[in-house]
Amino acid sequence: MSVRYGLLALLAEEPMYGNQLRAEFEHRTAATWPLNVGQVYTTLERLIRDGLVATAGADADGHDLYQLTDAGQQALTRWWDTPLTRESRPRDELTIKLALAVTVPGVDVRSVVQTQRTDTMRALQDYTRLKIAADERTPPDLAWVLVLESMIFQAESEIRWLDHCESRLVHQAKKTRSPSANNEPAKRGRR
Amino acid sequence: MTGQRGFDGASALVLEMIDVSRTHGAGATAVHALRGIDLLVHAGELVAVMGPSGSGKSTLLHLAGGLDSPTGGTVLVEARDLAALSARERARLRRRSVGYVFQELNLIPALTAAENVSLPLELDGIHAKAAREVALRALDDVALADIADRYPDDLSGGQQQRIAIARALVGERRLLLADEPTGALDSETGESVLALIRTRCDRGAAGMLVTHEARHAAWADRVVFLRDGAIVDESTPSGGAESLLGRRG
Repeated sequence: MSVRYGLLALLAEEPMYGNQLRAEFEHRTAATWPLNVGQVYTTLERLIRDGLVATAGADADGHDLYQLTDAGQQALTRWWDTPLTRESRPRDELTIKLALAVTVPGVDVRSVVQTQRTDTMRALQDYTRLKIAADERTPPDLAWVLVLESMIFQAESEIRWLDHCESRLVHQAKKTRSPSANNEPAKRGRR
Repeated sequence: MTGQRGFDGASALVLEMIDVSRTHGAGATAVHALRGIDLLVHAGELVAVMGPSGSGKSTLLHLAGGLDSPTGGTVLVEARDLAALSARERARLRRRSVGYVFQELNLIPALTAAENVSLPLELDGIHAKAAREVALRALDDVALADIADRYPDDLSGGQQQRIAIARALVGERRLLLADEPTGALDSETGESVLALIRTRCDRGAAGMLVTHEARHAAWADRVVFLRDGAIVDESTPSGGAESLLGRRG
């Protein structure tokens, strides 16, 4: 996902000005992706250059408004209709960190796993508290709850993966300690 | 912490486990199920216990509820040392102070929901009519007052689990021990069971929840991690999520 499609989605509703786009973007994504207004204007300039957005005069307070073009609407529709590919997502630093930890000598990998698991658990507790509070609110803030639940499931998934890493490490250590693991298989046949 | 939920850190101790160990067997074949466990749980606090299979989670829960005895250390429930109690006194304390919720619900099929909940009270000598009134209040707390006279087999898994929780907390019980209480339930029903446990703790019970599901453990005020019978770490909410995510509403 990019800020680019976020802005197109917002402009599909109505023409907006730069700071309004920033505020709406943060509100709709439950402030999980803070933007500064400079990013918004840089993105708008690129969208205008690509013919997806056009200027639309000014509102009563003199704010410059921007609106979606037909090409912008088509690009947005394609985005809604197309699943995100795995390749489009950022690389996961934790995966890389653990892959390195198991290959670099002298690293206590179980400790790395436990430290990360505790931190992720803490985040999961934080998100869960926010979700419990959000669920009790009336009217429900569905966008906020969905964002929180997404973060809850991501954190849970990370912990499950860390659990799996730990059990793999234990299994591997047992295999290494086992005397039979060092024995070569019996040779068969004549040499 | 967000909202009014959660443990404030200032309440009375309900469960104290001090340097607790549990060893099965002796000598070269001894298995150290738990070693050197120090764990305090206060009124209003929910503590989750996580760890791989065989790490000692269930043993810890059994020791906390007096269902098993430690081979070392001290377990106190409401300031009473379980080792200093006679078998009869310990059974009485288990009935009066401790509520258990297991994955196996152990509801008695021949008894109605209300009878299942009132049974421990009647066993404790409370007259059947009075016990039923208390049981109905407990069922009302778990939003099941309308099915009080139905039998477990006529009810859904979620309803049965809520009966088990009502039974666990009926009367004045202060310590709630739950072992994988959401085991066979779907995600949404499981969450409603957690919400119930959380609510009972918010109202003053002390809770210990054994689970392998991180998402469920996250309902607790504190999560302790067991490995090879010892506590290796614990996590509490940072309260930092609001600043991370931006405060809403």
